[in-house]
Formats: sequence, structure tokens, C-alpha cells
Amino acid sequence: MGKLKKQVLKMFAKDKKIILKVKNLTVKLDKEEIIKNLSFEVKEGQVLTILGPNGAGKTVLLKTLLGILPYNGKIEWKINVKIGYVPQRVPFVKQIPISVREFFLLKTTKEEAEKILDKIGFEKRILEKRLGDLSSGQFQRILVAWALVKNPNILLFDEPMTGIDVKGKETIYSLLLKLKKERNLTILLVTHDLNIVFKISDYVICLNKYCMCRGPPIKNVTPKTLQKLYGSKIKFYAHK
Amino acid sequence: MDGFIFSLIIGIFIGGVCGYLGTLMLSRKMALTAGPLGHLTLPGIALSLIYGFDVSLGAFPFVILGIFLIWLFETRTKLPMETLTAVVFASGVAIAFLFLPVEQAETALIGNITRVDIYGTIITSILCFLIFLIIRKNYHKMVLINISEDLAKASGINVRKNNLLYLFLIGILVSLGVRMVGGLLTAALFAIPAASSRNFSKNLFQYTNLSIFFGILSSLLGILIYKFTNLPAGPLIISVSSLIFLISVIFKR
Repeated sequence: MGKLKKQVLKMFAKDKKIILKVKNLTVKLDKEEIIKNLSFEVKEGQVLTILGPNGAGKTVLLKTLLGILPYNGKIEWKINVKIGYVPQRVPFVKQIPISVREFFLLKTTKEEAEKILDKIGFEKRILEKRLGDLSSGQFQRILVAWALVKNPNILLFDEPMTGIDVKGKETIYSLLLKLKKERNLTILLVTHDLNIVFKISDYVICLNKYCMCRGPPIKNVTPKTLQKLYGSKIKFYAHK
Repeated sequence: MDGFIFSLIIGIFIGGVCGYLGTLMLSRKMALTAGPLGHLTLPGIALSLIYGFDVSLGAFPFVILGIFLIWLFETRTKLPMETLTAVVFASGVAIAFLFLPVEQAETALIGNITRVDIYGTIITSILCFLIFLIIRKNYHKMVLINISEDLAKASGINVRKNNLLYLFLIGILVSLGVRMVGGLLTAALFAIPAASSRNFSKNLFQYTNLSIFFGILSSLLGILIYKFTNLPAGPLIISVSSLIFLISVIFKR
């Protein structure tokens, strides 16, 4: 066993519940610093929200955690962790005539696809629909289902509510809550939507290049921190 | 066996495999990439005609050069692909016509499938079959990359390696395709069967199989019409393909 692997195992043995440790993370893209000196931990079963304005580095953070982008600092995942990812946009999906069944077959078997879709509340006939013909809400739920293939321990969501109407949002809210409850899934969520932050989050990180606040939402997401984060007054109704 | 049979065999193989790879190019909005590459082969075809060696062998180094140039320009300038396409495409034609013998221009521009012997037929068929197998093995990965590079990377797919393989396959097929339809029309071998197929298909299975079928059908009918009319085979193949596309527009799902 490699020295590094031993060290990581030792570290996680101390605190079995930690699934991800990020220390002094700095990400530069085209010589511009997008994230600076970010450190945080994620515990198993936690729903952590990353909140911040456009261009704050939220999507970059998720992509860095996934190993897609280069970085400085430390990202340590729990050994053998399985990660599911739901991207913000899937731009070319309408260009390709691919059915929902075939989309799942890119990653898994028909049986597993049917099982997951059933749990998420889809009927079997959705399998034959063209991916490009689905509504935004349906498509987003299909992406969630796709991310659940192979039983991940943690799901990374990038703005799951973009372009979805109120009813669609409610469905995805309840889906996330159900997943959290049933599977003890750890969820890392990037969003602008304060409703989600208060409804399902245990922990929030306010990001605008630097970490501007962190902790349980009820204590940390206040009109004052939001004004600091977004740079202007935000209309805000406290959730009780 | 006469040249006609060789032409038919080559036509079927190249038409089918170009149709297959075309399904990936169309979904990436890269269908026209084969255009500038085809045009860039013109200097290579000119050299092969002047010195009397195989057209595809002359074309191949120029296609590889073209792929490298497009990749280099895109990385360094971040200009849109269409702009780079125009630059590379015009340069290929301009350089070719500086030293292409006028009497050979027709072969370079619209191809001459009758210039093929039994060895050429065997090698081309084997190459096409191998390319078909490689595409089939990597098709799922390439489709996922087309849908979303991030999703593919997150699923552990080596996107760079697959993109390189994909461009290399386009390079070989363009080199083989110029023999059949010439430097001007190569892009059509990839783009039109896939476009027609997309109009009819509601899933990936139909899309790929119909595109292969339309590629083969266009080549087959084009070469048969050439046999009876003696019009040039390359433009006939593309005309049949365009006709199929028109029909697909009428019956679009």
C-alpha cells in the first residue's frame, strides 16, 4: 500500500464520517484566480450547499472536485468513494436522437436503469422517449437518475433548478429529500435558490472567490451576509 | 474482375463507414470539419497525380497536417470553428492550384473511383472494416463526450484520448473518401447520410443504422448510374445522397 494511501486511510480512520476534505484549494484558469484558499469538510449524509453570485467559482469548484480542472492545494476523498454528478447544462443533447433507454445504456444495464427510474417515479414508457423531447423538469430528473447509477455515496449537483418551473422545482426538492432520507446520500449542491438552502441544507458555504461565510444556513444566511456576498441588498424572508 | 466491381466494393465500404462516423460528427456540430480537411488534401492529390502514386497516400499526410493546424489555431486563437474552417479550407485550395496540372484538376476536385486496382480495393476494404470496428468499440464513449464532456470526464472517460482517436479516424476516412468523391465533396460523405438519418430517427439505433444504410445506398446507386451514363461517379454519389436527404425532409418525424 502506498504511503499516501496509508496517510489518507489514517486520516479518515480518525473521523470515519468525513467523506471529503478540501484544504487551501486554489484554482486558476487562464491565469485568473477563480477560487482562493478554500478549505472545508463534508460529512457523510450531509447536504452542503455552495451559495454565491454568478462567476463566483461554484461550478469551477464542483469540476475541480471531480478532477476535471487543475488545482493547487489538497482534495482528499474517502477511499473508494463513488461520485455521481449532475451538470448544470447538457448543451448538445437535442442534437442527438438518443432515447432515455440508450442514454442509460451508455453507463449501465437496462435492468438497473428500470429499477432507478421506477424509484424516482418514472413509468417504464419514458425509456422509449427521445432525450431531446423531454421537458426541462423531466430531463433534470433523468439526469439525477443517471447520476444514481452504480450507487454513488455522494451526489454533486450543479444548479439543478435552472430553467425549471415551480412544479418541476417542487418535484426535484422532494426527490432530493427522499434520496437524503432513504440512502443517507451525501449531497453537494450549487445553487442560487435560497429556498433549497433552507429546506434541505445542513451546511452552507458562501463563495465568491473566497469563502465568505460557512455553517448552518439558519445562522449564516442572513440579509447581512447575502449583501456582502452579492454586493447589493437582497430581499429576504427568514425561514422558520 | 473489372474496375467497376472494384469501384462498387470500395464505394460500399467507404460510404457505409463515413455514414457511421458522420453520426458522431453531426451531433458535435463538426460535420463540416471534413470539408476543410478534404480541401487540404488537394495539394497531396496534386503531388500523387504528378508523381503517379496512390491518391489516398498523397492525401493522408495533408489531412494529418490539417488536423494539427485546426487544433493549433483553435487552441491558440479561440476563434470559432467556422472561421478556422474558412481559413484552412481556402488555403488548401489555393496551394493546390499553384502547382496542380490543369488536366488533372477534375480528378482532384471531384474524384475518380475508377482509378483503383485489386490491391487498392483490398487495402481500402480492410481499413474501412477496421475503422468500423474501432468506432463501434468506442461509440458509447464518444456519444457521451458529445452529450457532455464534463459528464464523460466525471464518468472516468479519457476525453483527450478519444478526441484524438476520433480526429485520426476522420483523417484516414477523408484520405480514402477523396479517391471516391474528390477534395471538394468529401464532407458530404459524412454529413448528408447522417443528416438524412436524423430526420427519420427517434433513437440512436435507428440513427446509426440508417446513416450507414444511406451511405451505402448513395454510393451503390451513384456508381451504378455512372456505369450507365458515364457521368462522373463522385458528383453522382453525392447527388443521390442529397436526393435521399430531400426525401427525409418531406417525411421528417
